[in-house]
Order: sequence, then structure tokens, then C-alpha cells
Amino acid sequence: MSATTTGAPQGPTTSGAPEGPTASGVLLAVRRRRHTYVRRYWVFAVPAALVVAAVIVFPWLFTLVMSVHDWKVSGNVYYVGLTNYAHLLHDDRFLWAVARTLYFTTAAVVLPVLIGIWAAVCFARQFPLRGAARTAFILPMMATPVAIALVWTMMFHPQLGVLNYLLTSVGLPPSSWVYSSTTVIPTLVMVETWQWTPLVMLIVLGGISSLPIDPYEAAEIDGANGWQMFRYITLPLIWPFIVVAAVMRVIDALKAFDTIFVITNGGPGTSSETINMLLYQTAFGYYDLGYASAMVLVFFVLIMLLSLVLLHTRQQELTL
Amino acid sequence: MIRRRTLLAASTALLAAPAIVRRAGAQSAFDWQQCKGQTITVSLTLNPRADNLQAHEKEFEALTGIKVLSEQMPEQQQRPKMVMELASGNPSFDVTHFSLHVSKRVVAEGHWLEDLRPYLANPKLTAPDYDWADMSAGALRAATQSDGRVDSLPIETDVWLVYYNKQIFAERGLSFPKTFDEMLATARKINDPGKGMYGFIARGVKNANVPVWTSLLLGQDQETVTPDGKTLLTDTPQAVWAGEMYKSLLRDTAPPGVVGFNWNECQTSFMQGKVGMWMDGVGFTPPLLDPKVSKIVDHVGFGLMPAGPKAHYCPVFTDAVGIPVKSKAKDAAYLYCQWATSKQMELNMVNLGGGASPRMSTYSDPTLMKKSPFGQEWLATLLASVKIARAGLPEIVPVTEFRDVFGIALTNMIGGADPATELKKATETFKPILEKSLKT
Repeated sequence: MSATTTGAPQGPTTSGAPEGPTASGVLLAVRRRRHTYVRRYWVFAVPAALVVAAVIVFPWLFTLVMSVHDWKVSGNVYYVGLTNYAHLLHDDRFLWAVARTLYFTTAAVVLPVLIGIWAAVCFARQFPLRGAARTAFILPMMATPVAIALVWTMMFHPQLGVLNYLLTSVGLPPSSWVYSSTTVIPTLVMVETWQWTPLVMLIVLGGISSLPIDPYEAAEIDGANGWQMFRYITLPLIWPFIVVAAVMRVIDALKAFDTIFVITNGGPGTSSETINMLLYQTAFGYYDLGYASAMVLVFFVLIMLLSLVLLHTRQQELTL
Repeated sequence: MIRRRTLLAASTALLAAPAIVRRAGAQSAFDWQQCKGQTITVSLTLNPRADNLQAHEKEFEALTGIKVLSEQMPEQQQRPKMVMELASGNPSFDVTHFSLHVSKRVVAEGHWLEDLRPYLANPKLTAPDYDWADMSAGALRAATQSDGRVDSLPIETDVWLVYYNKQIFAERGLSFPKTFDEMLATARKINDPGKGMYGFIARGVKNANVPVWTSLLLGQDQETVTPDGKTLLTDTPQAVWAGEMYKSLLRDTAPPGVVGFNWNECQTSFMQGKVGMWMDGVGFTPPLLDPKVSKIVDHVGFGLMPAGPKAHYCPVFTDAVGIPVKSKAKDAAYLYCQWATSKQMELNMVNLGGGASPRMSTYSDPTLMKKSPFGQEWLATLLASVKIARAGLPEIVPVTEFRDVFGIALTNMIGGADPATELKKATETFKPILEKSLKT
């Protein structure tokens, strides 16, 4: 490998000045030194690279290998090519799981983001006991998902749960909550919204706190009302924060498992069976590891695509 | 001369007698301490059977000198954990507790568990009073694989019965039903949703609900798969009849939301005194009689599973303990399994209300007969159930898929779908899965 790629003249200068370091010579020396560093210190990156290879690259490659095999945990392993992927395209249960995952994800992103923005705007203002209110607001986020899922499960009980007691106390009809195929996903979205709105609020509140005051003072002088200031000043300025919160919510909602597993286990029937639930059942209930691996890879591609779309949107906003 | 010889023989026998007695004594006094100092890890499914084992664990340690590290885990987690660890070839446990009605065929296919027949036949390892022949025929059948191997020892046979609320029955002048048709009629008489009163409750949630349907199907003298495990019998007129009965009971006489109820939600509803009958396993008895959690302590009745149009059976689901082939402490693990399924431990389990014993001697035990822990009606129902017990789930490898596929059909029925259509659809869905499992 050569470091003399600039073609700069070497040696004494034409002006007859005493020999010394020229600009190109310094540049060359720096490049040589960098090259030496690279050669000398790459060994320090090896442990990290090995760890990454062991915990990220190898599992993915192994999953890829499993996905092209009929890999039953108790039996032999047969190479089946793309059969598992082809089967996915005709598997109604999987296709419905994809549709449900998208439905759940959309609702579980939009609601927390909207409510989170509203809460952040509220908490950015000064009012009595603001600190205590903020603390109370973020408590759901700090709770263990499985523990709160168990509590919600008890509250959803159609006959004995406190939620139906409250509804009937104020003259409303009781709901079936997670015990009906029509209300189960909206109810799970409600739990997800309750738990993760505080995260969105914190991110957006951080954005609001960093905004300059000048535009607001100018807008006030120009006679803008509160909504106009929010719509034309606050929202554009905090948009990058909202996109970050939305990306995090999309990834979290797509991989939501613990809450659904504990509260409904994918039921009633398959009414709340998302991709995560189905692939868990396929791998650890049916022990069909090859088919489950194919699902994992398709799911991974889905998450990547959605994340890239959101990040691209953010990039567009930043460049405008 | 003869007298001298006789005298000689007699004197020789007299001299040798102490040694013979010592040797005979040594043979009969089983050496429980032969693995003293070893440590075994036991993986248990979270249920009353495991509670019983842990409650008496110290006694086992004192008897054998073996240190036991046991852990209970909910079955939804313990089942896949067991299979994955066994498949890995490096299980973290020396004894595993599992459900034969779920995992029997999968462990057989993997040849993961030790064949215990040589252990049972070995007097050095098996105590003379263990009495393998004391196990009921159904338990022995459940523990024996199709190739004759016995790779687990049955620890419990969970028979199903019908719990009923005596107060509700008495107030309406009703008697306990003898047939499934009578059960439906009785449930309809009790059912009064306007007053929050419901006639019947059983599992509605997918997968867990399948044993309810198969229990009804046994009344048609039919199981879900042919005895060779190759042909589905799930869309026959008998299966559809059972589906219709399931739909009528759960759609017409059960509380709203039953479609998402597993046994625990059913138990909670029944304990609140708002449900007339609950069909499930005998192992769920103790909380019903616990005043801390139950409002119907004085009104719980225990009824034998009603008869169907053609037969009278009680579904049974068997739990067992086995030893991984890869265990490094097999003899110590076998001593634990032997102790866990001994006559005394089975009696302890029944007294705890943890389920039905697979041993016939338990039901002739004088202390149990004299003072049943949950009353004479409970004991009589248990005895009668054991006599008519029949496997409640098919012995096939993809039993979890079977339960999921048909469980979804059953939940659809609760939602109003036609049983014949749903069962036909489920049968078509599951047929290739079963065929594939038979090939591999």
C-alpha cells in the first residue's frame, strides 16, 4: 500500500530556501503516521469485533441458515430452500398477524405521540406542583411491563374488574375489554399508550426546553395567538424530536411482546396475535425452528423498512 | 448314621443362621444412602404437585443424603425450556417434571429421557416396597412409549370433574346432572345474566379450551385421533355434537368474556358464587375451600363428569417425572423420582388436594378413607372418576398445534360460528401438520 498518492514534489524547494518541512511533506507524514496507527492499533478493535460477530452477526447468520431448513427440535434437519418463505406468503395466520401488527403499531405510535406532545407542551409551562405532576406522569414508564400487565389483567376482568365497576357506576355499559375480539387490540393499545406516552413527553419536553425565546416574543408582538405560535414556531422546531420519539415508538410497538403475552397470549382466538406472538408460539410451542426463523427474518426486514422510512423523513426535514 | 448326619446338618445350619439372617436383612433393608453427598437439580412445573414435592424435600434429603436444588416454573415457560435444554444436549436439570399429555411424544422422538425399566428391575436401585405394579393401568399406559420404553414415572393423574354450587342448586330445587344434556338444561335454568348469575363456566381461551371439548367427546365414546395416531376424528358427527354442546354451554350459559378465560379466571368467577357449575381438574380444589379467597366455602359440591349419549368417561391428564440421558447423577435422580412417586408421597399429594394419585393403593389407605381432607363427597367423586378415567388428549407429537388449531375453532364457536364448519376447517388445517409429524 502506498501513502504517496498526492504526487506532490519531494525534496528541496525551487526558491533555494533551506530544506524544511513543506505542506505536502507534512501531509504525507501525517498520512504515514495514520497508516501506522491503523496497522498498529487494529488489534484493539478485535475484541469488540469478535463480540459483535458473536452476539449479532453469528445469530443472524445462523437464523438465516435455519430459515432454509425444516428444523424440528426433536427430529432431523432437512434443507428446504425457500419453502419456508413461500409458505409464509400463503399462511393466513401469518398474514393476519402482519396486518394486526401494523394495526397495533400504528395505533400504539400515533396515540402516545399525540398525547405525549400535548403533555410536553403542558409540562413546559409553569404551574403549581409541576414537578410532582411530571413525576406522577412518568411513573407508568418506570414500572415493570409484566407486573403492570398482570395488574391490568385483573382490572379487565368482565365481572370482577374495577374498570367495569367504574363504567357501570357512572351509568355506562360494561365492556369486554380484552375478552372480545373486537375490543382486544384497542384495549392493548390503551395499555401501551398509558405506559409509553411519558417517554414521548420526556423527549419532546427536552426539545421544547431548548427552544429560543426570541421567535415567541416576535410572534407575540405580531399578534399571534397561542395556537398559531404552537403551529408555526413550536411544532416545526421540535419536529426532529418528535421524529426521534416516533422512531423509538415504532420499534418498541413492533416488538411489543411481554404485555400482550401476559394479558391475552394472542387471544381471544388469534385476535391479538401479532408477529411476535406467532413466532414465539411457532418456535417454542410447535418447536418448528426453521419456519419461525423465516418469520424472524421477514419481521426484521419489516422493522428495518419502517425505521428507514421514518429516518428518511427526518433527514428530509433537516435538509429543508 | 442318619441321625448323626441329620445332627451335623442341623448344627451346621444353626451355626450359619446368624450370617444368613444378616445377609437377608441386608437385602431387604434398601440402601437409600447409596448416593449420599451428591447434588441434583430438579425442574418442576408450577402446580400443587410441585408444592407437595418441595414441602417434603427436606425429608428426602435426610433419607438419602442427596442435596436437592428444585425450582418451580409456570408451565408456559417450563415446557419449552425443558424441550430446548434437552435438545441442546446439556440440560441444567437432573430431574424434569412434565405433562405426558403435552410432551410425551416429543421427548420420545428425541430419546432425551432415560429408559427407566432397567432401574425398576434393579433391586439395588429400587426399594422393595416401591411396587410398580401398584400404578393404575391408565398411568402405566401413559408412561409407556410406543416402543415399550418407560422414560418417566407417573406422579399424578389429573381427573376432571364438575364443581357445583350447592346453594344455587338448592335455591332452585335442582339436582346434579347425570348426563351432558341434563347439564345443559340445568345450566340454562340457573342462568340469569340480568342478576349476574350464570349457569356454567369452563375454559374458553384457545388451546386450554380443547380438553373441555374432548371431555364432551368422550361421552360419544370417541377420541380425537385413531389409536395409531394417524387419522383425525375431529369432524365426525360425534365431534360436531361435542362442538355443539360446547358452544351451547359456553355461549348461552357462561359469563361474558369467557372466550378469554383460562382455568384461573373460571375459578375466580366460580369462587364469587355467581356461577352454578365449573368443569375442570380435581387439582383446583383447595382454593375453593379456602375462606381467604373463596365466598362459597360451605357450598362447594363435587360432581362426577356427566355421561354422554354413548359412554361415560372422565378425562385424565397425567404428570410425570423423568431423568435426562445426559444427567451426570442418574442414580441419585432416580432415587428422587422413586421417592416422589412413592406410596407415601402420593398419599401426601392427595391429602394436599394436589390431584389424583396414579397408585391404586392410595384409594384403599385407611387414613384417607377415614378422614378425607375435602370431605366424603370429594373422595367419592375422585374414586369414581379414577375408575372411568380415559386420556383427554391425543398422543401425537404436534399436540400444541392441535390444541391451538382446534382451540381457535372453539373460540369461534363461542363467537357464534357453526361447529361443523369450524371443525371441518380446523381438521383441514391440522391434517397436513399431523401427516408431516408422522414422516419426520
